[in-house]
Amino acid sequence: MKTSFLDFEQPIAELESKIEELRYVQDDSALDISNEIDQLQLKNRNLTKEIYSKLTAWQISQVARHPQRPYTLDYIQGMFTDFEELHGDRAFADDPAIVGGIARFAGEPVVVIGHQKGRDVKERQYRNFGMPRPEGYRKALRLYRMAEKFGLPIITLIDTPGAYPGIGAEERGQSEAIARNLYVMAELKTPIIGVIIGEGGSGGALALGVVDHLMMLQYSTYSVISPEGCASILWKSADQASVAAETLAITAPRLKTLGLIDRVVTEPMGGAHRSPEEMMQTLKRALTDELARLKAKSLDHLIEQRFERLMSYGSFKEVKPK
Amino acid sequence: MSWLQKLLPPKIKRAIGPSKKNVPEGLWSKCQSCESVLYRTDLDLNAEVCPKCGFHNRISARARLNLLLDEHGRSEIGSEVQPIDPLKFKDSKRYTERIKQSQQEVGETDSLIVMQGSMKSVPVVIASFEFKFMGGSMGSVVGERFVRGVQAAIESQSAFICISASGGARMQEGLFSLMQMAKTSAALTALSKKGLPYISVLTDPTMGGVSASFAMLGDIIVAEPQALIGFAGPRVIEQTVRETLPDGFQRAEFLVEHGAVDMIIDRREMKDKLANILTTLMRLPITT
Repeated sequence: MKTSFLDFEQPIAELESKIEELRYVQDDSALDISNEIDQLQLKNRNLTKEIYSKLTAWQISQVARHPQRPYTLDYIQGMFTDFEELHGDRAFADDPAIVGGIARFAGEPVVVIGHQKGRDVKERQYRNFGMPRPEGYRKALRLYRMAEKFGLPIITLIDTPGAYPGIGAEERGQSEAIARNLYVMAELKTPIIGVIIGEGGSGGALALGVVDHLMMLQYSTYSVISPEGCASILWKSADQASVAAETLAITAPRLKTLGLIDRVVTEPMGGAHRSPEEMMQTLKRALTDELARLKAKSLDHLIEQRFERLMSYGSFKEVKPK
Repeated sequence: MSWLQKLLPPKIKRAIGPSKKNVPEGLWSKCQSCESVLYRTDLDLNAEVCPKCGFHNRISARARLNLLLDEHGRSEIGSEVQPIDPLKFKDSKRYTERIKQSQQEVGETDSLIVMQGSMKSVPVVIASFEFKFMGGSMGSVVGERFVRGVQAAIESQSAFICISASGGARMQEGLFSLMQMAKTSAALTALSKKGLPYISVLTDPTMGGVSASFAMLGDIIVAEPQALIGFAGPRVIEQTVRETLPDGFQRAEFLVEHGAVDMIIDRREMKDKLANILTTLMRLPITT
């Protein structure tokens, strides 16, 4: 598949098409220009490195939403074996915007759940752009409970613009569905690891994000509101999204500094989509480490620590009462 | 429109228009809903509910607590917790300025006031939202005061009540605000383990991150008449689905119909009803 490039990647795109051209020329000419090609490729690597070393928060959120970025089912296929997808909330419907099931991770039985976006127009619509409805969250809830029952650790993969703002979603209790997941995950008796693989869009992401250990891929984002949404409310103009993105602190390194996430997982140069295999290997190593660490803890200790951690969220001052 | 108004050129109409709406502040006020002219004192005595049509005006957090709590033995919880600006957030105004301005205008330090006391002798801790303080938005202070309220309820074997009036999470604290959804919801698991009841009272409006966390987790969830309650705001939904929303969409009555809320309670009966529910759940003698 041809790589699609973002606006700020245009210099990389130009260089790559030049390399492509040269290759084409070389194929049907006697002249050996492989040296030139190598040189250009080196230049291209350096250029990518340079551009990616100083991405703004807004540019990062573009990478997080890149149409070729690996999605949940790609990660499941690449990092898990024996996956059996399980469907439906047993009450209303199956929501294709959240996928989940049982699988093995490095041989260990686990439950894996994640938001799922679509690749082409048709699938995007089918997956509702990764925006779940209440039945999606209730399916996740059912799988959380099942994981607890059978003592399986849970891995969640987070990638959503947010919970779907629709009429039916409100009628069926979008708020309650999300709230219930927060409540149940807080006391669920099994280890839970979360990974933000793309967009961590507000409450819709958090409903899969109350975990013992939260990782973020290097170019993923996690935010209380989309930069565009925030800009249109506070700056009265969606054009200020890049300013809002910076101010909101949505990138992995920034959130790590603020103590709101646990680990930043390095992405391949140019983003996960430039080398999905490499991405999955790195992530698999991180998950293996963490899973072993969490499984070594007693369940009581695990739940207690999760609770303490939840209680510690917040930034405020304490003054002496008057 | 009368024949005379139709006759008038547009300029003159405009000149007449606004003067009609000008109701002098103070003694009289006009009901937003039925447009009856009401004597201010009547409204005060009626818990800010229109005596003519029953429209529930928004009220302050403290007025709310005054309506519900018995006069004696009240103490405020968590007032020592106060906001800071962890992200150095600045849009058209600095977050620190917004806080200061709200504090001056509203006379509260943040948008949640928590008070311990009794309600018709039932021991309770009540958390009450101040909508005028940055739209009742939830940041770190709201989360922490909520949790301290829940802890106080556990320590004193009290019921916990939360009265929501909020637009949702506070954007100016970024992800810290989002995490308050998880924090408050988790705190309720501790209350539940002690077998203490939690009643969530939804008032106009209860939206976004507040509705998608503790507000929807009550053992019993009640709402005030006509209150707007939902996850996404009506405008966002309209823009997404490109349809006009059905009548009464996201109103309290709509939520009862869809099974999301136990009942609607008129504000004037709130104290009696809640006390009755709590005495039953807590197996206390009937209070009068």
